[in-house]
Amino acid sequence: MSLSRKKISVALLLIVLCLLPFLSNNYWLDVATLALFYVVLAQGLNVVVGFAGLLDLGYAAFFAVGAYTTGILMTVYHWSFWLTLPVAMAFAAVVGVIVGAPTLRLRSDYLAIVTLGFGEIIRILAINLSITGSASGIYGIPRPSIGGYVLSGQMDFYYLILIVAVLAVLAVRRLGTSRLGRAWMYIREDEDAAEAMGINRINMKLLAYSIGAVIGSMAGSIFAVKMSAIAPLSFSFTQSIMILLAVVLGGLGSIPGVVLGAVLVIALPELLRSVEDWRYLIFGAALVAMMIFRPQGLWPARYEVSKTASRVSPSVRKGDEADVSLDVEKYNA
Amino acid sequence: MDILVQTLADGLVIGAFYSLIALGYTMVFGIIKLLNFAHGDLYMLGAFVGYTLLSLLSGSGTGAGLMGIVVVLLLTMVIVGLIGMGIERVAYRPLLLAPRLSILITALGVSLFLENGSMIAWGAQYQVYPLQLSHDGWNVLGAQITYTQMGLVLISALLMLGLHQFISRTLYGKAMRAIAHDQTACHLMGIDVHKVIGLTFFIGASLAAGAGTMAGAYYGTVNFMMGFIIGLKAFTAAVLGGIGSIPGAMLGGLLLGMMETAGTFVFGGSWKDVVAFSLLILILVLRPTGIMGEKVTERM
Repeated sequence: MSLSRKKISVALLLIVLCLLPFLSNNYWLDVATLALFYVVLAQGLNVVVGFAGLLDLGYAAFFAVGAYTTGILMTVYHWSFWLTLPVAMAFAAVVGVIVGAPTLRLRSDYLAIVTLGFGEIIRILAINLSITGSASGIYGIPRPSIGGYVLSGQMDFYYLILIVAVLAVLAVRRLGTSRLGRAWMYIREDEDAAEAMGINRINMKLLAYSIGAVIGSMAGSIFAVKMSAIAPLSFSFTQSIMILLAVVLGGLGSIPGVVLGAVLVIALPELLRSVEDWRYLIFGAALVAMMIFRPQGLWPARYEVSKTASRVSPSVRKGDEADVSLDVEKYNA
Repeated sequence: MDILVQTLADGLVIGAFYSLIALGYTMVFGIIKLLNFAHGDLYMLGAFVGYTLLSLLSGSGTGAGLMGIVVVLLLTMVIVGLIGMGIERVAYRPLLLAPRLSILITALGVSLFLENGSMIAWGAQYQVYPLQLSHDGWNVLGAQITYTQMGLVLISALLMLGLHQFISRTLYGKAMRAIAHDQTACHLMGIDVHKVIGLTFFIGASLAAGAGTMAGAYYGTVNFMMGFIIGLKAFTAAVLGGIGSIPGAMLGGLLLGMMETAGTFVFGGSWKDVVAFSLLILILVLRPTGIMGEKVTERM
């Protein structure tokens, strides 16, 4: 019964999201578009931090890789937007492997710092190189078109990012409940035990990192054509932190939680306009408070893995489920 | 030749700042295995507290004499040291047994809090330090080395020497080294582990604050974001020297300072940070234990 109620509420939410452009003014439509960008980015980071437990502090770098790849290919080489999308994603995956391969072997803390340094390197490269338009960035990125229809209005991009966000949520959800997802969570909970069970921890981490990179770059590509101008300022450390905040606030590894977190991170500053200077101070305090009092997030992951597993194969022993719930307790504690 | 000497001298000053900050990273890491992301912000806080104290001092009309500067430096170190202890008490202590990811994210939150708290308290624009340091100096082999530079390196060296004596000679230093080895055993032996961890944060924070005040005086301006990049670089220095190793942090800082100055000379100023971070990634790939680190790489 709860399942059907869940389905109904998801369907209702989708209908509201589809009707939103007709119900709200331009300002709130813009906020909603930005929130959907954050949903995509936060789901991508959720794979890395939430599932695999790798703290990535330079996630905006992949957002930048996608945006700049699309921007350069479209303005300099006059490619079609739809062709730049796979190239940007492949490029981000390669960059992810290059950064991840040497560092994922090390302690997880090192990864955090290296990704932070990497994020800064990408930003400084974007400022210094002439192909990325230096500090002023790339402007005049053409609008994409489907058939003969040119996507140009606010509403067009809202629907485009809505479709991508839904796809991202579905993809990450399915990844989380797959064999891969279980391997990631095992690594997150106990790396040595996971390796003893035959999971190749380096490859699995690398895969998580690259998949996160691909999702981030996809959001970046769409960001580039939506804004039609990109500058290094959009890909700062603060951006990485805000995406991370969305994941942590919502609940590490929780799909609905991360969506909620992304919406909150975008909507709260809009509602708190009057205390603008205090915004990040409040966010910083919120991070600390969350970790101390509610590390599982506002909408914690429920570990649907065990449910689907028992549904697919009824022969699963009771003991397995008990083990899973034990893990959950350890993680939440 | 003169360029080489000048690079060495300039690099030594920056390197001394890096060393002082890297010491805090390495001590905290050695004792509770935490990468304190907020550490760079304690450096920034040190610069601002020093700024306020100096403003108060020169505001009374006397002007900050040499004695005044020393008093301000010490006072800043104590104040920021206490703040560092407070941060440990409020944010990190409840999470010592939590998963590593939690405490890393907490450290990040503390960093955000300190940066934006300082922005609210002191404003977002660059503040000019109320102190004019002399630009006179000696001419060594064609390079200009100012008395200020020498003074700063000397103070840094004294602080590091003091720390070394403290760690190797006193009972608390001994306790710190013991906790770094085995926290549980220390607890059983009757060492007040939390007190020693608090003391470690105090020392780390006050060294960073000392570096912050000196850097503020040296560069002339302070800003609430000044701790972010330098924190990263000090971490690079700590890794370069071997994280957890105190002499390693000192050496790593000085080396990084000089390499960076040399890199700036070769590649130009806008690539300075790229040089440092590429170096960090290279060390982590080729020799994650650093120059003086003894421990083999451990997992989570």
